[in-house]
Amino acid sequence: MLITTPNLTKPDETYAALIATHEGLSEAGSHALNARLILILMNHIGNDAVLAEALRLARDPESAQG
Amino acid sequence: MKDLVPERYALAFRLYPYAKSPDQDAASPVRHKVVVVGGGPIGLATALDLGRRGVPVVLLDDHEGAGLGSRALCFSKRTLEICDRLGAAGPMLDKGVQWNLGKVFHDDRLLYAFDLLPETGHAFPAFINLQQPWFEKFLHDAIVQAQAEGAPIELRGRNRVDAVTPATDHVALDIMTPDGPYQLQADWLIACDGARSPLRGMLGLAFDGRVFEDNFLIADVKMKADFPTERWFWFEPHFKSGDSALLHKQPDDIWRIDFQLGWDIDRAKELEPANIRARVDAMLGPDVEYELDWCSIYTFQCRRMDKFRHGRVLFAGDSAHQVSPFGARGANSGIQDVDNLAWKLALVLDGTAPETLLDSYDVERVHGADENILNSTRATDFITPKSPVSKLFRNAVLELAEHLPFARSVVNSGRLSVPCTYDGSVLNGDDHPAMPARTRPGSPCPDAPVADGWLLRRLGRGFVLMAINTDAPECLAAHGVRVPRLALDATPELTARYLGEARRAVYLIRPDQHVAARWESFDESAVAAALARAIGKG
Ligand SMILES: Cc1cc2nc3c(=O)[nH]c(=O)nc-3n(C[C@H](O)[C@H](O)[C@H](O)COP(=O)(O)OP(=O)(O)OC[C@H]3O[C@@H](n4cnc5c(N)ncnc54)[C@H](O)[C@@H]3O)c2cc1C
Repeated sequence: MLITTPNLTKPDETYAALIATHEGLSEAGSHALNARLILILMNHIGNDAVLAEALRLARDPESAQG
Repeated sequence: MKDLVPERYALAFRLYPYAKSPDQDAASPVRHKVVVVGGGPIGLATALDLGRRGVPVVLLDDHEGAGLGSRALCFSKRTLEICDRLGAAGPMLDKGVQWNLGKVFHDDRLLYAFDLLPETGHAFPAFINLQQPWFEKFLHDAIVQAQAEGAPIELRGRNRVDAVTPATDHVALDIMTPDGPYQLQADWLIACDGARSPLRGMLGLAFDGRVFEDNFLIADVKMKADFPTERWFWFEPHFKSGDSALLHKQPDDIWRIDFQLGWDIDRAKELEPANIRARVDAMLGPDVEYELDWCSIYTFQCRRMDKFRHGRVLFAGDSAHQVSPFGARGANSGIQDVDNLAWKLALVLDGTAPETLLDSYDVERVHGADENILNSTRATDFITPKSPVSKLFRNAVLELAEHLPFARSVVNSGRLSVPCTYDGSVLNGDDHPAMPARTRPGSPCPDAPVADGWLLRRLGRGFVLMAINTDAPECLAAHGVRVPRLALDATPELTARYLGEARRAVYLIRPDQHVAARWESFDESAVAAALARAIGKG
């Protein structure tokens, strides 16, 4: 099951870290970083059903229940 | 005099020159049991397999042998195993270049290397590289050999099929020859007339799928070079000769080079030797001397017919399905069609099996074609990304692959042909949960060393009952089929490939060396029931 309830222990720090990782990159560089990041995280998750749900949710956030 | 059957392409080998057949002077059309149309690799293998099973077969082709030019190059282990059963593998192996290793580059960096056959204990290598005309020639040599041993095979060169008319109990053919037209009738017609299949058109059957908007320049160059015998694939190569490039060794100091050129190109200009040389020079460096042996530009498609059986007409090879060449799944899958079809047709013809057994050819090989199309479509999409975002992710995968093993598994420069498992086939019988998944019913038997040679050779070309570490009758007769036993003692390979957690096993194996059913011990009624199923009587 994809976790959609709050799961980050320090959401503000984590978000800031994401933005900071992009600092100084061109737009193309940022896109490339995002792509690498997605692939790394997908591999870490490794569960087809969870990934399928995440992909669907990213495409259509309104489909989230609750 | 007007040439009634003009050559559409030049020949590498003239194998079956036109000779007038008495059928051409017959008062009414002569009826044959099986007519094969097309003498490419698939038609030749079909005629050979049927003929060696004693089925009379006439093969018609509008040429007299193997066409010149660069087409299939990589022939898979399974193809070699099938050709071995057909008596044709020896010369292929002798002439072909054997390889198991591949390397993948991005720009000027080596990303990783892979071994296609990390497992030992197989008679044949993962692949050989052999020019298609040679592959066809060796099949033809085996036909000549089989004919000498009495196999009822007849090859008719410069016999072009111009019309087919299906009837209830036969198919009528209009044929053109250098001496004018004649007609034949066939109980069964096998259409192996290639991707453009005129027969498919004559029957008004569709061939839908996807065209890839890209052009590939295939250059075969002759040079004395000391590159290793490996498949080298470049994404976005630093030498800028194409968006991707592939280098492969062939026999006779010939190397196959593929360059991906893109969609909007001027074909004629790209084919000018000076322009080809510019690309090859950039790749090989300025000091390498070579000659251009053969060059052509291809676009690729992935598509298949809805059904491979249409009454008494059966389609096999490129006429039934076409894939992009990434993965070498064209001829290799066509040879699996032959392997699947020949024994079934032979059993139907001698009355052992019902005609409906041929529907399982359609089901099983459509399943195989879908697997091949899926694999080669995905490879093509990875090699030639169709949108900016798809290219973004592709390059992200490549960047990660240099450092992270997980990303290497995502890199797709062609998933090389492996035989298909007929999961869910109606012919499949009992399974046993303790035995390995790789030999579940529907799977092609993996080879293994056995006492006097190799397992697949011992299986032969009929039904076999393989008994490992257990007893079974020497020969079983049921439903009109004689099933000999092959008794084996477990070896490490047999244990890993066939026993798994089980201590002993009995396997019923089909004539195409796919597993029909398996048990822990022999039970006559279970085996007979599985046999009935496997011949379409279940
Ligand atoms: C660049 C390239 C690279 C490839 N690489 C590989 C590879 O590495 N490995 C692999 O497995 N496959 C590869 N393939 C695919 C392979 O070449 C084909 O899958 C294979 O040739 C199909 O064989 P076939 O017998 O079905 O058809 P074909 O080889 O096309 O033969 C059809 C025959 O039918 C005859 N014919 C046509 N119409 C008539 C008629 N009306 N009457 C009588 N005869 C007729 C033709 O003359 C021809 O001889 C490659 C293809 C290309 C283009």
